[in-house]
Order: sequence, then structure tokens, then C-alpha cells
Amino acid sequence: MIPTSHYLLLSLALFTVGVIGVLTRRNVIIILMSIELILNAVNINLVAFSHLYGSVTGQIFAIFIITDAAAEAAVGLGIIIAYFRNRETVLADEMDLLKW
Amino acid sequence: MPGDLMLNIVLFYFFAALAVVSAVLVVTRKNVVHSAIFLITSLLATAGIYLQLEAEFLFAVQIILYVGGIMVLFVFVIMLVNLDVSLHQLQFNRQWWVASLLALVLAAQFLIAIWLGRGAVNLSPPVAAALQPNSELIGQKLFENYMLPFEIASILLLVAMIGAVVMAKRRI
Amino acid sequence: MNLHILGPFEPYILPMIYAVVIVLVLPLLAGYIVLLERKVMADMQARLGPMRVGPHGLLQPIADAIKLLIKEDIIPDEADKAIFWVAPLISVTAGMLAYAALPFGPVFQIADLNIGLLFILGVSSMGIYGIVLGGWASNSHYSLLGALRSAAQLVSYETAGGLALVSVLLLGGSLSMRRLVQAQAHIGIWFIFLVPIGFFIYLVASIAETNRAPFDLPEAESELVAGYMTEYSGFRWSLYFLAEYANMIVVAGIATTLFLGGWLRPFTSVSWRAPGSTIEVLDLIPSFVFLFASAYCLWRSPRQPVRIQKLVMVLVGLLLLGLAGLMGWSITASLAIRHGVHGAFWFMAKILVYLYAFLWFRFTFPRYRFDQLMRLGWHFLIPLALVNVMGVGVALVLYWQYGWGLGPSLVLTTLITLVVAGWLAVTDDRRQAAAALTSAAGGGD
Repeated sequence: MIPTSHYLLLSLALFTVGVIGVLTRRNVIIILMSIELILNAVNINLVAFSHLYGSVTGQIFAIFIITDAAAEAAVGLGIIIAYFRNRETVLADEMDLLKW
Repeated sequence: MPGDLMLNIVLFYFFAALAVVSAVLVVTRKNVVHSAIFLITSLLATAGIYLQLEAEFLFAVQIILYVGGIMVLFVFVIMLVNLDVSLHQLQFNRQWWVASLLALVLAAQFLIAIWLGRGAVNLSPPVAAALQPNSELIGQKLFENYMLPFEIASILLLVAMIGAVVMAKRRI
Repeated sequence: MNLHILGPFEPYILPMIYAVVIVLVLPLLAGYIVLLERKVMADMQARLGPMRVGPHGLLQPIADAIKLLIKEDIIPDEADKAIFWVAPLISVTAGMLAYAALPFGPVFQIADLNIGLLFILGVSSMGIYGIVLGGWASNSHYSLLGALRSAAQLVSYETAGGLALVSVLLLGGSLSMRRLVQAQAHIGIWFIFLVPIGFFIYLVASIAETNRAPFDLPEAESELVAGYMTEYSGFRWSLYFLAEYANMIVVAGIATTLFLGGWLRPFTSVSWRAPGSTIEVLDLIPSFVFLFASAYCLWRSPRQPVRIQKLVMVLVGLLLLGLAGLMGWSITASLAIRHGVHGAFWFMAKILVYLYAFLWFRFTFPRYRFDQLMRLGWHFLIPLALVNVMGVGVALVLYWQYGWGLGPSLVLTTLITLVVAGWLAVTDDRRQAAAALTSAAGGGD
């Protein structure tokens, strides 16, 4: 069997890539996609532990996280569309109306 | 059976490599549509890992919801807000090196945590028989023990639906 | 079969043979379904259809395939080449992957997944990417609009179809396709008679899922040229085409397995034996069908105008005679062979009936406008499917907890759901008429 630590390392790798994506990219849509990567990484973690302990609780938590991700993606993309209609940009650097 | 173990190992490393490589490509592509396609590949690879971990229902849910629902939404919005000029702009913001450094420090912290807990985590063999029949067990647990989170999730989805519709309207 | 020499690969041999057979046979089958469609269309329009290429047009699919293969491969100049190349592949792969869980008979199934139905639904929903990315990569307004419309239609009707299937799952009790057919054998009635509204919803949703008329606005010739397929030519277009027909067969397979009893013979639980033997009279139906078809072919063969057509008719007649003999022999052979052969026959027959219904609808109904299509999906089918699921749930509660029979409780809930359906249709019509009036008077949004 594959030791659970391998799954944790995979989850860590995806999480790190996602965090770098969120903090580094300018395009808001790619930032949202990196957030999906982070949620995905957490899901792998949960399912690996559910496999380790033989309980489906981890998988149920993962289902809820997927549901959450769907809701958040829908609202986030709605906001992006609304902002794009008004300001014609999707770059996070240029969304600075509230800056002093 | 050694054949099964080989298959497990091959599948895990294949899907893991696909997931990580696709994730890196998501974050580094200039063309947003290409990023979306690589995110789809990464999510499919994750679904493969769920299947390999004997979480069949989650495998199906990942494909139907994440790949077949959320990513379709992403692709639609990308096509609606696509700017050809964005291909020639800067892709990374000015503080990219600080951000990457911090992310790597965070990763190092997690690595230390995994290393310190390695004894507890390498237990073998897992009681895999307790995960079957997968869909029935999930259904049972979901409707018996976790009914409240289930209802809260429904309300959350309703709120998100209303929010998205209001956000995307031209005139409220 | 004793294949111990293959060691660890032994359980994978038979599924791989089935998979290879499906991948090889599917393009041929799709081509001949196109020929069938043209012949049926011709019949309904009082003409003959393709008759020139080969006797009675039987070689038409081969000619079409050769033509498509040797056509020039045109790629639009500004198109995104990588995505342009990969989009038809996604469609075809998603369409073919669903065959892994379809049971073509009690024996001929590649893999009896315990989440079989969910797997097929998930994999079919991957086909949307082939459409959207194909339309995007063509770098043309018509393609993009057609692709977005088509994808929106697919996503809307996917929900309705899935909910209709959920109402059947309540009765079947499992996601595995094989268990669902066995549940129908156990209850003794096909699910179409228990949940007819679910069947109706799934029928409509499956027609919309496969972009067939009357829901084919995104790809109709008089609309946006050919929608997302406009810029594709030659082999790439034939891949999209193959994906569409593969999807049709998959959807027919799901409907057959869940609603029409899969590989079960009609009247499965009735055991009507010929006096003095163990042969079931109803099992002789396949042989009689083939005998009748063969007799018809052989009777009509002298009247063919051309000699090659006569020859082909005689050959087809003899082939059908051979099939009749196979059906008849397998009754007396072992139970496994009879189950396998007859199961495959009934499954294919039901799929053909369902596909014939698809073809029939194409040439009968006028096309839906896109907003009418979306309205039908969201305002009518999804609420109806939800009420249907609740109705079947209530019926099951009445059956389990209050001791009603399954039949009466389902009839009661079906009637209530029909009332709700009528109300939905009427209020939607009124609301649509009111909206049309206000938008005409007020100047719109």
C-alpha cells in the first residue's frame, strides 16, 4: 500500500502551487482558479485520511467542500462579470478604487 | 496480489505527477483558456486519486460537479471577459518574489509537521473494507449523522444562486 | 476460459476484448445509424432516400467516410491550434468512455461499476468541453455563439435528466446498472410503467442532451451555419459527428437499462411454457422476428430491378435466417449462452426502438427557439423532475411504512405529479404571455 504521507506530500505540493498562484498572478480569474486548486488539495488530504482510518467522514467533508467551492466560484465569477462590465479590466492590480 | 500493488503504485504516481504538473501549468500560462484546460486536467487527475483511494462516490462527484459544473462556469466566464490585450500584459504582479518566498516558508512548515508526525501517519494496512459499499455508506452517514451540515449546504447553495443571478444582471 | 498463463492480467482480458470490439464497431454503427436516419426520413417524406451507392444505399456510410477522410484539413488562421486540435478528441473520448459501464446484456459489459450510472453521467458531461472549446478555438463569432448556446442547453437539460434518473434510483436501490436491471426483474415490472413521468422527462432531456431536433438550434443548417462545427472540415468534423451518434446510443442505453428493463424479455416474470417441454414460448419471439424478416427479404428479392440488389437481398435474407437459427439454438443450449444471446438481442431491440423515437421526433416537430428551449428546461422540466422525485419518495414511504401496495401508491403520486405538471405549463404560458405584453409595451430591459 502507498503510505499516507505520500498523499499528504501531494496535497502539500498542490496547496503550495495554489497559494503561489493566488499571491502572484494579476488576472483575477486565475486567482480564483488557484483557490480551486487549494480546495482540491485539502480534499485530497481529507480523503487520504478517510482511507487511513476507514471512515467515510473524510469523504463527506470533501463533498461539502466541493459544494462550497461551487457556491464560491459562482458568486466570485458573478462579481468578476459585474466588475468587468463597469471597468473593462480583470487585473487585480487595476482594481484600486478603494486605495487611498 | 503483487499485480494489484504494482497497479496501485503506477496509478498513484501517474495521477500525482499529472496533478502537480497541471497545477504548475495553471499558474504559469499566459492564455487564460489554457490555464482553465490545465485546471480541468488537474481536477481529473485528482479524481483518479480518489478512485485509487477507493472513494468511488467522490470520484463521480468530482467529475460531475467540479469538472462538469464549476469548470464549465469558469470557461463560460473566461470567454465572456476575454481580452486579447491581456496576452501582452504582465502576468505576475510586482511582489511575486515575496509571495513565493512566503508560500515556500509555509510549505516548509507543513513539511516539518508531516515529518514530525510520520510515525502516526504511516500506519498500515488501512481498514479499506470499512469504506465499502461506498455510495450506501456515504448516503447513510450523510442523512443520519451529518443532516444539519447537509441542510446548511443547501441553504448556502440557494444563497449563492441568488447572489450570482443578482450579480450578473445588467439592471437589478 | 482457462487463461492462467496470463497470470495477473487474467481478469482484464475479456473486458479488453469487449472494449476493442466497441471501439472498432462504433464508427461503423454510427455510420449505419445515419443511413437508417436518412432512410426513415425519406420514408416519412414519401421518397426513397439513398439508393445509388451500393444496393439500396447500403454502402453510403462507407462512401461518406472515405469522402470525409480525404477532404482537405482546413484550420482557420487565427485559431488556437492546440485547442482546435484537441476539442473533437475530447468529444469523442467522452462519448466513447461511457460505454465502459453500459450493459449490453447480462454478460457483455466491460465493467460493472458500483457507481455505474453516476460514472456514465459524469463522463457524458465531459463532452460539453469538446463543444465549448471547439467553438472557442475556431475564432469565429458564429462558432462561439453556437458553442455557448449548445453548452448552456446541455448543462440545463443535464440537471433535469439526472433528477429524472434519481426518481428511478429510489426504486432501484443501487447505482450499478446491473443491479438496476435485476431490480426490475425482481419487482417484475419495468420502471417505465412505475415512473412514466420520469421516462417522459428523461426522453425530453436526452433529446436536448444530444442536440437533436427539436432542440438542435445550435447546429441546425439554417441557423448559425453549423454552430460550433462550422470551421471544422473533413476528419475533425466526422469526429464530432461520431461523438454525437455515440452519445445518442449511450443515452438510449441508459434509458433502456433504467426504464425499459435492460436485457429483460417483456413479461419476464411470466413463465408460459410450451406443453410438454421446458421451452418458454416468449423466448421464441427473437427467432420469429428474424424468421419473419428473412422471409420478407427472400420474398421481395425476385422483384428487385437490378441483379446486384437481388443478390444482396438474398444474402441479407440468409443472414437473418442464420440469426434466427442462432436465437433458436441458444434456447436449447446452456443457460449462460441463452441469457447472453437473448439478453443482447432484447437490449439492442430496445435501443433501436428508442433511437427510432429520436428519428421520428426529428422529422415531426418544428425546432424550438433558444429562449423557448431554456424556458422549457428551467421552468418546466426541472420543477417537474423535482416534484416527480418527491412523489416517488412519498409513494415509497406509503409502501414501506403504511403498507400500501407499490402500484396504487405510485399511481396516486403520478396523478398528483401530472396535476402539478399541468399547473406548471399553464402558469408558464400565462407568465410568458404577460412578459411579452409588458416588453412590447414598455420597451424592454
